[in-house]
Formats: sequence, structure tokens, C-alpha cells
Amino acid sequence: MIRPQKQKLVILGNGMAGARTAEEILQRAPEAFEITIIGAEPHGNYNRILLSNILNGTQTADEITINSIEWYKQNGIHLIAGAPAIGISLAKRTVGLLDGRQIPFDKLIIATGSRPFVPPIPGIDLYGVYTFRTLEDCSSIAKFAKKSKVAAVIGGGLLGLEAAKGLMTHGPAVHIVEMAPHLMAVQVDSAGGAILGKTIASLGAIAHTNKATAEILSDAGSRVRALKFKDGSELACDMVVISAGIRPNLELAKEAGLATERAIVVDDQMLTGDPDVYAVGECAQHRGKCYGLVAPLYEQCKVVADHITQANPGATYTGSFIATKLKVMGVNVASMGERDELPADEVVRYQEPDAAGGGVYKKLIIRNNKLAGAILVGDTEAYEGLAEKMKSQAELPRRRAELLFGAPTECSAEFSLASMPDDKQICDCNGVCKGKIVEAIKAGKTTVQAVGKATRAGTGCGSCKKLVKSLIEAVAGEVKADPAEAFYVPAIPMDKPALTAEIRNRGLRAVSQVMEALATKEDEKSKMGLAILLRAIWGKEYIDERDCRFVNDRLHGNIQKDGTFSVIPRIYGGVTTADELLKIANVAKKYSVPTVKLTGGQRIDLLGIKKEDLPAVWKDLNMVSGYAYTKAFRTCKTCVGSEWCRFGTNDSTALGIAIERKFQGIETPAKVKMAVSGCPRNCAEATCKDVGIIATEGGEWEIYVGGAAGVSVRKGDVLCRVKSQVEAIRITARFMQYYQEHARYLERTYDFVPRIGIEKLRAVLIEDSEGIAAALDERVQRYLDAVVDPWVEDTKSAGGEGVYPGQFAPVRTVTLPVLATI
Amino acid sequence: MLIVMKNQEPQTKSAAIPLCSLDELPLGLGRAFNVEGRSIAVFRTRKGKLFAVDNRCPHKNGPLADGMLAGDQIVCPLHAFRFDGVTGECDQPGQCAVQAHEVTESDGIVSIRLVGSGR
Ligand code: SRM
Ligand SMILES: Cc1cc2nc3c(=O)[nH]c(=O)nc-3n(C[C@H](O)[C@H](O)[C@H](O)COP(=O)(O)OP(=O)(O)OC[C@H]3O[C@@H](n4cnc5c(N)ncnc54)[C@H](O)[C@@H]3O)c2cc1C
Ligand code: SF4
Ligand code: FES
Repeated sequence: MIRPQKQKLVILGNGMAGARTAEEILQRAPEAFEITIIGAEPHGNYNRILLSNILNGTQTADEITINSIEWYKQNGIHLIAGAPAIGISLAKRTVGLLDGRQIPFDKLIIATGSRPFVPPIPGIDLYGVYTFRTLEDCSSIAKFAKKSKVAAVIGGGLLGLEAAKGLMTHGPAVHIVEMAPHLMAVQVDSAGGAILGKTIASLGAIAHTNKATAEILSDAGSRVRALKFKDGSELACDMVVISAGIRPNLELAKEAGLATERAIVVDDQMLTGDPDVYAVGECAQHRGKCYGLVAPLYEQCKVVADHITQANPGATYTGSFIATKLKVMGVNVASMGERDELPADEVVRYQEPDAAGGGVYKKLIIRNNKLAGAILVGDTEAYEGLAEKMKSQAELPRRRAELLFGAPTECSAEFSLASMPDDKQICDCNGVCKGKIVEAIKAGKTTVQAVGKATRAGTGCGSCKKLVKSLIEAVAGEVKADPAEAFYVPAIPMDKPALTAEIRNRGLRAVSQVMEALATKEDEKSKMGLAILLRAIWGKEYIDERDCRFVNDRLHGNIQKDGTFSVIPRIYGGVTTADELLKIANVAKKYSVPTVKLTGGQRIDLLGIKKEDLPAVWKDLNMVSGYAYTKAFRTCKTCVGSEWCRFGTNDSTALGIAIERKFQGIETPAKVKMAVSGCPRNCAEATCKDVGIIATEGGEWEIYVGGAAGVSVRKGDVLCRVKSQVEAIRITARFMQYYQEHARYLERTYDFVPRIGIEKLRAVLIEDSEGIAAALDERVQRYLDAVVDPWVEDTKSAGGEGVYPGQFAPVRTVTLPVLATI
Repeated sequence: MLIVMKNQEPQTKSAAIPLCSLDELPLGLGRAFNVEGRSIAVFRTRKGKLFAVDNRCPHKNGPLADGMLAGDQIVCPLHAFRFDGVTGECDQPGQCAVQAHEVTESDGIVSIRLVGSGR
């Protein structure tokens, strides 16, 4: 039998698009073609995007290789590397190489990419002038830069800045010369460019804008001496990197008779005019556009593979949505759509040129209430959301600020990890410096927890944990997955559902029973977490052991640095009365309370109460506990709302009070704060609460969950809109119960909501996709029915002596017995 | 009588001083006593072990008697440094230990021998 001969496929160009196309083809039809790849560069295919790391020496050529020479062998590809092609003959169906070989093809894919554009000025051939495109370029630049004192980069675009950054690591002073009035003119507008320029200047590179280079001047020995500009001025330098744009390698196609304009013209199948010849990558021009970033090129590669293998003969490429998010010289820059606004456009702008860690600039161009363009410099947190809005051309929210500040900003976290000095304090809570953390990591502590144990970093407020994680990544390469992260409490290796089931099955009703049965060690955090869980599981059947509680929960007040306590009584919705104020005032006088303070939670804090005075203070106040000391529902802040405010559209105060009455006393995996605002002006700050409710124009309530403004700042996600107060409370209760049952101990809603996902929460809680809504409603009610005010509970028992020996007792003084035996 | 503690000057130990009855100590918790002008935290673990330390955290004077127990460790209520109840040693390298004392119980009466001068 004669095997049908395989079709000969030649890929011309062994760069990122060419090699990727080969991969895509092999995936679809590994046996369909006899593949030959021709490449001018003497290597396999490497990741050109990472060349700046080669330049600055942080990675090696091996590390950025995508397809090694072996890869080609293993996949049966005939690679002709280091052999530039000099001609394509469509008539003979061959590609001619410089060494004279003629390579026949049945199908041809042209993937010749582009080359640096070198402006036609005198001096470009001098010793010390380089372009920046290939591995060889990088090693030459790096070698030369080590001896160089002053380097100039011609071109202040993305690549120019990358080159500048790489050059700086080798020692020379670096100047960036840009013809346009500002840097990165393709991605950002002039205001953004100015801020970017400032940040870059602070990093030590000097940018010269509005400077067109006329000539590169040489010394006697044809070495670079200076740049001469069109305005007559000069810049002394001893090396030059030209990064003035790219030009597609279209000549071979053009000479072969294929249509070319700015690049090789292709249709929606990436086919040139010849039905067997495709072009893909930077050398291709599709619907008038050329792309210079890998993401769109990779989309093109898929279409070529689909079509050439007939895996999907109908595959079409319709162009790519271009949104870029880059890190240039350590500065985050993102852009999409249009750069400059038209006169009729709405423009939203935010700028903070002197922000710590580098300037911030954000601009949105809005046309017909849809996003037409966006620029972000310094802080690109909002990028994903904006890209989504731009792609889908969705209507935008009325409060435009949401678009820019939706997500928490962590912009400068990893910004300058490497350059950070060793004595830079990372953990402000425990005063731990970078050097100490790095030392621990080098000693093998490669989880955030292990570093915390060794150094205490991250064990305070936890806000530096991300930084610790980045340090681990930087020093050790990766953060070891920490299985303990999924445990509900550290001492028991089970996640919450498993643990709950185990507790139910075994009928464990006290923390000591659970510890005895399941724990691998004893630690106080686990005991505290279990106490909350057991109470939620067993309600009135829970056996309450006080030694599982933190001191605050034993004394129902917050311990202060001098060992006294604070007392914060509940003031529902922040609305008080003259009588209530009098009561508080009288207590403050009677017990000589050193500090009386209005809290951020709209109530009053009495600070400095002695332990033994607590029961009497509570009794005299005759108010219920505000739970300001524990993991529980805290407050529901309100604004004055429609009762008084001329903008109020609904009675936010009444709803807030009702909420606070309903949920008082519910303990939760971490604290829960709520707020209700009477209109979108949102004076109660409801968008940054665990549950926040805002009255809307049409008499409805919009419910937000997962917001916070403490260690983390996060805007809540909209869960739903409801029509009545009753419904608002019902949904809130349901959310609380779901949070209660699924959150890890100490997991605030700002972590919980994004972990579960707002869509899922909406499905489960609003659409009842799992059919559990009624059960959640019932369970939360059962919990609330079992609540007893702790101030009442603990003072009633033992005639005010407390529920365990010494709970409120003054310190007992003991004297030496009269006759001591020694 | 003199006993020698690790890395420390020889220290004196007081006579046994009766403190309270066993059931005046909360189970799994600590309680503060003022003995001879010194504030002392006495603990009783769920397993029945007794120990006592100065009621003053070497870190920032936290009232250790209000701390929680993690096994035989006392966790300071202010910033959660941990101290071994028996030896007083801190689990953080470089952090001083808290002075530990000797506690005994007989016939339901808890007594303490103070170690060191309290200075
Ligand atoms: C009293 C008060 C400050 C004030 O004088 O205004 C306060 C005082 C304390 N806060 Fe707060 N927070 C107070 C409102 C807030 C607010 C504002 C709010 O609730 O609207 C926030 C930001 C909102 C948020 O949480 O999203 C806030 C975010 C925090 C955080 C950070 C929580 C986080 O995960 O981001 C902590 C630390 C923690 O919980 O671990 C904290 C912890 C503390 C502690 C409990 C620290 C401690 O353990 O000793 C402070 C207790 C002092 C005391 O004994 O009273 N406090 N704290 C406020 C009491 C409100 C109330 O009436 O209940
Ligand atoms: C320093 C640097 C940083 C970059 N950073 C980013 C980034 O952060 N993000 C991003 O999306 N993009 C980035 N890019 C752009 C990205 O690398 C290119 O878009 C991508 O490499 C283009 O792929 P390509 O296959 O079309 O061209 P290339 O990768 O250039 O491949 C073309 C290959 O064809 C070969 N060739 C050309 N002519 C012939 C011939 N006649 N005979 C034989 N072989 C020939 C060339 O030698 C080359 O190997 C960066 C580029 C550079 C240079
Ligand atoms: S009240 Fe809150 S912000 Fe102020 S010092 Fe205490 S924890 Fe920090
Ligand atoms: S005072 Fe004890 S740990 Fe800080």
C-alpha cells in the first residue's frame, strides 16, 4: 500500500507567531503535514516579551526559551535555524534561502514579524549604536553598557522605556529622547505622559521630550560621542539604543507579488491573495490594522491552524480588541480604546502626581454612556473591569467613580521590592524589616504562615501579608501552597463543611470536646473559632466554656493597653435620645471615666473602665452591649434620610434601627458592619460595609455586600435591589446565615464575597438556585431567638460575681503567713 | 534557699504562700493575685496543671492573667506573645522570659513560692 504523501508546510519565520502556529497545528492534526520552519535567528523560539530581563540580567536565554531545539525534533519539525530566506516563488512553490537552498511547499505561512525602524539619519552605523529586538541585540547592549557612562535611548515608547530600564542596571546614566511631547504617546495622553515622566524621573532616567534627533555624532574613531537634535542642541553620550518603532518584514511577500500595504494584507482566514499562503503575526495587516502585541497574534495563530487543518473550516479572525496592561520600568500602565477625547465626549479624570510610590493618573473617555477609551498610569487595579465594559460596550454606572475605584488599590505593593533596602519596615504592626523576612525565607520559611511564625511579620493586622508573599516569590521563587489555608481553624485539618459535619455526627457540643476529639495541637485561635462555630451549630444546646474565649469576650468589653476595658453600649442606628445621653453622662461621672469618645460606628465609647466596675457600669447604663469587642454584628450606621434630608428618598434611619434590632447579638466568623444610606450620596458610607443598603430614586433599596474600609478598602458588590424594608432585612439575614455557614474563621466579607463570587451569591440567595433559601431564613431566626445580652447574662449569674471564679473580681491581695517555713 | 536558673543570677525563692482554694481558680484560665506587692498570674489548665508567672508581660506590660492558654503556653492578651507557663520562656527569639514561680496544691489549697526579688 502506498501511504498518501503528506502535504509540505513551510513556516517562514521562527518567532512568537510562527512557532505558536506550529503548536496550534500540531494540537489539531499532528500527522497532517510535513512541517519545515525557516528562521533567521540561530535558536529555537524564545519569548521576545522577556528580552528586557535578558538585558537587565535577571533571566537567561534558556529561561525565556519557549520552544527549544529538542522540541522541534520531538515533534518531527524540520527546523532550519540561522538561515534567512531571500525569496518566495509562488510559481515554483518554493522558498529560497541565502545559502542557495530551495525549500518546496504546498502550503506556506509567512510569519516574518517586524524589525526595528531605524530613522535615516547620519551616524546610525557608528560603533555603540544598537537596536533592541533580538537575543543578540540584548547581549551586545549589555556588554557595551557595562563600559558606558552615558547611554541615550532614541524613542520613549514602551520598548524604549524597557531598554532604558535594562540599561540602568548596567551603570550608565540613561537619557530617553522622545520626539512627541510626552512618553508612551501610543498608550497614554499628554497628562498621563507627564505623570509617567515624573515617576520615571524619580527612578533616575532623564527624559527629553519634543526632541527630534538629527544626527549621531562621532569622535575621531567612529565611536558615538553625542546626539545632535534638530533644534541644534546636543546630548553627550557614548552609546545609543534606537527604539523608534517597528516596520513589518513584508519585502519577501511584496516581491513575490502578494498584496502589501503597511504589512502583508490578509483576509479573515489570514490568507493572502494566494489560497495556499497565509501570513500571521506582526507582518500581517488585517482589516487595515497591524498588531504589535502577542495576545492578538495568538488569536490569529488559532484561526490559521483551524483553517489550514480544516479543524474548523469556518474559523474567522475578525480583529482583536486591544487593551494593554503593561509594566514599564516598574510602573503599571494600561490603556484601551481611544487616547484623546472628542469635544462632545464626557471625560472622567483622576490624578495624583505625587502619590507615594509613583504618580497615579486615570482617564476615561465616555461617549453615549459607553466607554470609548481609558488610560491608567500607576494604578491599574481597575483595568479588568474597564476592559470588560469596553469589550461589551455596556451602559456605565451613574457614579463614574465606581469604574475607577471599584477594586482595592494595591498598586505599589511589589513596585520596588528588589530595590527596597533591607531595613525598610514591612510589618508596621510588629516592626519587622525586609532583611529579617528575607533571612527567614532563605532559612526555608516559604509560606506566609511560616514567615509569620519565625518573624511575626503579618501576624498583626495582616495588611503586609501580600508583601510578604511577594517577597517569598521574589526570594524563593514561589510560595508553597499552604494546605492550612483551607482549614477552618489551624488546629484541626478540616475545612468548614467537613468540620461541621464531624461535629454534628459526633454530637460535640463543647470546644474542649472538639479539641479532644479532633485537634492536632492546642492554640487559642482555634478555640475561639470553634466557640463561634459551635454556638452557630447548636444554638441553645451549645456548652459554653469560657476559657475558649478571648479576654474581650469574657468581659464583654475591649481590653486597653493598661488592662482596663472600654464599654460601648448599643445605640441603634446611631440615633439616641436626651435620656440615653443623660444615662451615659451619669455613668461617666459616677465612675470617673477618663475618656468619653464618639466612635466611628456612630455611638459612644467609655474608655478606661476597671474590670471590677464593669457589672455596675452595665447595670447603671441599663443599655445592651454594642458588641464592639468581638467577632459579631457590630453596628448599622445610618444617615438622616427622608425624615429630614432634602435629598432623602427613603427612611434609612428606620431601616438601620430595624436592622440593628434584628441582628444584635449574632456572632459571626469575623466582624460584620452595616450601614443604610437614604440616597446615592451615601452619607452613611454603605458601599464600604459588610452589608450596605442604599435607597434609590424609585423607592427601592440596593443591597451591597463585601465592602470594607479598614485594613482593606473594598467597595461592596451589588447583591440585589428590593422594594421594601421587610425584604431588605430578609435578604440581609439570609446573607448573614450563608456567611455564617461558609466563611472561614476571621474571614471578613471583603474576602468571603470575592472568594464565593457575587454571581453565585446572587444565584443562591436571590434566585434560590440551591433551594436552601427557606432553610437559611429558618436557621438564622433560630440563632437570633437564642441570643441573650451578655451584659445581662453575666451579671445576673452568681449575684454579679460572674460566671467563673474571679471573672470580675478585684485582684486578691495575699500576705505572707506569719510563720514561714523555709 | 538558692536555686540556679538558666543564664541567670542565682535567685532566691520565697516560702510557700497559700493563695486560694483550687476551685477559686477558673478552669482553663488564669487569675491575678497581689502577693507581697507583686502582681502574679496563676493558671489552671483543663488537664489540671498549675503554673504561675509575673502578671506583667515583658513586652508592654500586658496583664498575662487575662490571657488565654494554648496547651501549657500563656498567650498575652495584648499582642499575643506566648510564654511557657512552667519556665516563663517566650517563644519569640530575643524576647525576654517572664519570671515563673512555683505553684503547688495540696488538700485543695493552692500555694506559691515566689522566685526572685521581683525587680
Ligand atoms: C472605637 C473605634 C474607634 C473610634 O474611636 O471611633 C474602634 C476601635 C477599635 N477598632 Fe475599629 N474601631 C471603630 C470603628 C472602626 C471602623 C469604622 C466603622 O465601623 O464604620 C473601621 C473600618 C471599617 C471596617 O472594618 O471595614 C474599623 C476597622 C478596624 C479594624 C480593621 C478590620 C479589617 O479587617 O479591615 C480592626 C482590626 C481587626 O478587626 O482585626 C479594628 C479594631 C479595633 C479595636 C477593637 C482594636 C483592639 O482590638 O483593641 C479598637 C478597640 C478600641 C476600644 O476598645 O474601643 N478596627 N474600626 C470604632 C468603634 C466603632 C463602634 O462603635 O463599634
Ligand atoms: C523588547 C520587547 C518587549 C516586548 N514586550 C511586549 C509585551 O510586554 N507585551 C506584548 O504583547 N508584546 C511585547 N512585545 C512585542 C512582541 O514581542 C511581538 O509582538 C511578537 O514577538 C511578534 O511576533 P511575530 O512572530 O510576529 O514576530 P517575531 O517574534 O519578531 O518573529 C519573527 C521571526 O521571523 C524571523 N524572520 C524575519 N524575516 C525572516 C527571513 N527573511 N527569513 C527567516 N526568518 C525571518 C525573525 O528573525 C524572527 O525570528 C515586545 C517586543 C520586544 C522586542
Ligand atoms: S482605634 Fe482602631 S485605628 Fe485607632 S489605634 Fe485602635 S485599632 Fe488603630
Ligand atoms: S504586652 Fe504582652 S504581648 Fe505585648
